[in-house]
Amino acid sequence: MSDQHHDDHHMPTGLNRWVFTTNHKDIGTLYLIFSLSMFFLGGAMALIIRAELFQPGLQFVDPQFFNSMTTVHALLMVFGAVMPAFVGLANWLIPMMIGAPDMALPRMNNWSFWILPFAFSMLIITLFLPGGAPAGGWTLYPPLVMQTGDAFPFMVFAIHLMGASSIMGSINVIVTILNMRAPGMTLMKMPLFCWTWLITAYLLIAVMPVLAGAVTMLLTDRFFGTSFFNAAGGGDPVLFQHVFWFFGHPEVYIMILPAFGVVSQIIPTFSRKPLFGYSSMVYATASIAFLSFIVWAHHMFTTGMPIAGQLFFMLATMLIAIPTAVKIFNWLATMWKGELTFETPMLFSIAFVLLFTIGGFSGLMLAIAPADYQYHDTYFVVAHFHYVLVPGAVFSLMAATYYWLPKWTGHMYNEKVGKLHFWFSLVGINVLFFPQHFLGLAGMPRRIPDYPTQFADFNMISSIGAFIFGFSQLLFVWAIWTSVKGTEKASSEVWDGAKGLEWTLPSPAPYHSFETAPEIK
Amino acid sequence: MFIRLCKPVFMAFAVIGIAMIAAPEAQAAWELDMPLGVSTLSGEIRDLHRLILLICTIICVGVFGFAFYTMATCRRSQGAKASQFSHSTRAEIIWTVIPTIILIAMAIPSARTIIKIEDTSGTDMSIKITGYQWKWSYDYLNEDKFFYSTIDQDSYLASQRGSGIDPMDVENYLRNVDNAMVVPVNKKVRLLLTASDVIHSWWVPQLYVKKDANPGFVNETWFKATETGIYRGQCTELCGRGHGFMPIVVVVETEERYQEWLNGNLRWDAKQQEMVATNLNTAEQAGTLAAL
Repeated sequence: MSDQHHDDHHMPTGLNRWVFTTNHKDIGTLYLIFSLSMFFLGGAMALIIRAELFQPGLQFVDPQFFNSMTTVHALLMVFGAVMPAFVGLANWLIPMMIGAPDMALPRMNNWSFWILPFAFSMLIITLFLPGGAPAGGWTLYPPLVMQTGDAFPFMVFAIHLMGASSIMGSINVIVTILNMRAPGMTLMKMPLFCWTWLITAYLLIAVMPVLAGAVTMLLTDRFFGTSFFNAAGGGDPVLFQHVFWFFGHPEVYIMILPAFGVVSQIIPTFSRKPLFGYSSMVYATASIAFLSFIVWAHHMFTTGMPIAGQLFFMLATMLIAIPTAVKIFNWLATMWKGELTFETPMLFSIAFVLLFTIGGFSGLMLAIAPADYQYHDTYFVVAHFHYVLVPGAVFSLMAATYYWLPKWTGHMYNEKVGKLHFWFSLVGINVLFFPQHFLGLAGMPRRIPDYPTQFADFNMISSIGAFIFGFSQLLFVWAIWTSVKGTEKASSEVWDGAKGLEWTLPSPAPYHSFETAPEIK
Repeated sequence: MFIRLCKPVFMAFAVIGIAMIAAPEAQAAWELDMPLGVSTLSGEIRDLHRLILLICTIICVGVFGFAFYTMATCRRSQGAKASQFSHSTRAEIIWTVIPTIILIAMAIPSARTIIKIEDTSGTDMSIKITGYQWKWSYDYLNEDKFFYSTIDQDSYLASQRGSGIDPMDVENYLRNVDNAMVVPVNKKVRLLLTASDVIHSWWVPQLYVKKDANPGFVNETWFKATETGIYRGQCTELCGRGHGFMPIVVVVETEERYQEWLNGNLRWDAKQQEMVATNLNTAEQAGTLAAL
């Protein structure tokens, strides 16, 4: 595609093109492919978990390996699949959306990606180390995490590297958005995806160092004789939980705010209407980001918190429902009186709005401290966060892929395969996670490899859903393939209702997005 | 297209729904909600949960209903034409204020209940519970009673990989112990929780009590059971390889039988899963106990 241009960039070919690339599109592609491969690896681990839980009794794996699976599945999905996928989208889309030629810091961009394969190799090889992979849960609570075998320092340094990569990615996003917008593109004219990423980037910069600090304290407790989290040396294991969740709660919004941005781009397109309440969407995103810093201890109601603390964190958490409700209503109002069509990106976006509502409501229930005493650490929590992460963040990523894929490859994907992928995913995900609400309420704790027999039926249904959902993701790969190897040329606009600068570029988009800045009126 | 594709989805849910209703009672346990509790606060907590669930469900039905109505009517295939409105200050104020009011309405009873849960004053007795990898110990303060409580033999054997024992044949699989904790009915029992190695969490769903046991620290909570019976739970904080295998059994007994248990005349029998007389040698003793 580059030969259509006056070639003053000297691009290496073959493997070196990808290793040395400083181009935002190449790096975006690398991020997305990396994230998809982690999604499949983490998904395979989830299927091991669900296979073991298909029936009561231990059939396939040792409980210790089961715990490793839950731990590494979560770390891969959070840090390897969802976060890099959004950074990949940011790389591809932000320069095109704001009328810039590339990201502001291209060399750092290369570095921030190429850290990831090393970080995750370090994490994944722990499966083969003496003592096995980390098995203390992705939340890494001490003292349990201290019982990790040789994997312990690998895990800590892998997390350090992931954090460094995320911070560099965020710096790049902030610098690009604040400095490289086309003339006339004021902040309040930016597409909402850029806004949500700008806010997310600040969250990342604020909290990734906190996680790095927490795991460094674990490291010094283990190897250098400190006692931050060891009661025998004057420390407190609950301190770790405070520090971890001070990172962890903004982290969950890091995974969902860009998803809000994605569906805020897609729903207007297929409704043929402008986004309803653009400025309230921006303010709602900012309020959610602010509130995310003052609600962390709602993950810890049962640790023995003073009553004032419980009341504060309960009320602050309930407040988040307000900006979130505003967002849901705005999306519905965007669809209202529109001219809807239901291509695959729109189907995934609508499913996002509705199923995220379910996850949001179970989140509100979890905020109610007296009830949380019953929900805490049960499958109700598992159902809750999977509803916001899978039909939430992951569905938005799939919607984004279908929506912008023709722009990236220059070819339409096969709509039939895309729709099939959607319907199988939708059914699979609900069969998988909805029964887990009932399991939790009935009393099934999370992170157990085997369970009392009264939980057998819903677990079996849940496992069937898991296999439907898991294997239907092969359709996703097929659909992407039909676009990569496609023959049907996509127009510049691709979708007839699409608005925004990226749709003014030809498909596939030229190597340097905007060599002369477009004028925005 | 959309409607046509909806059919298989609804069919799938319908099949699952029918399967759930039709499943024979004996082998299936389709519990959909929290169990009914037997402690003084359980009713209040469960009602609070159901109230919040009801409000959420109503709003959810409204949101889904509006979305599906929009999808059915505002579609290109129905000849809909897009209008171009992009904001409405009045609508936005309304849908900010109404959720706020609902949240305040939820917060008031929640705060009231949390204050009651935290009120550990005026307790009748105290039990210090310690979590280990992977068992519990119960220390009755001011009584000469201390014992460990581990998973029962039947569950343990059936839970081994390749044991050949079907867990379905084990009564109360993974929810039975060798030594049960026994408390008197209608007494406010204070629990002091700690751990010796890693964090554990003590939970009995029907008593509506869950609290973490942190090593090096003592947490406090309480319950007052209002009905005699056997109530079961499990550890709810990931504590390593045996996390799924450290059950909790609480037997709520009458004051008299509780005293008999303290005196050693009654004991928990893990096989029969009930309280039995310790010494059945003399018919006289058995008769005395039966009278109790």
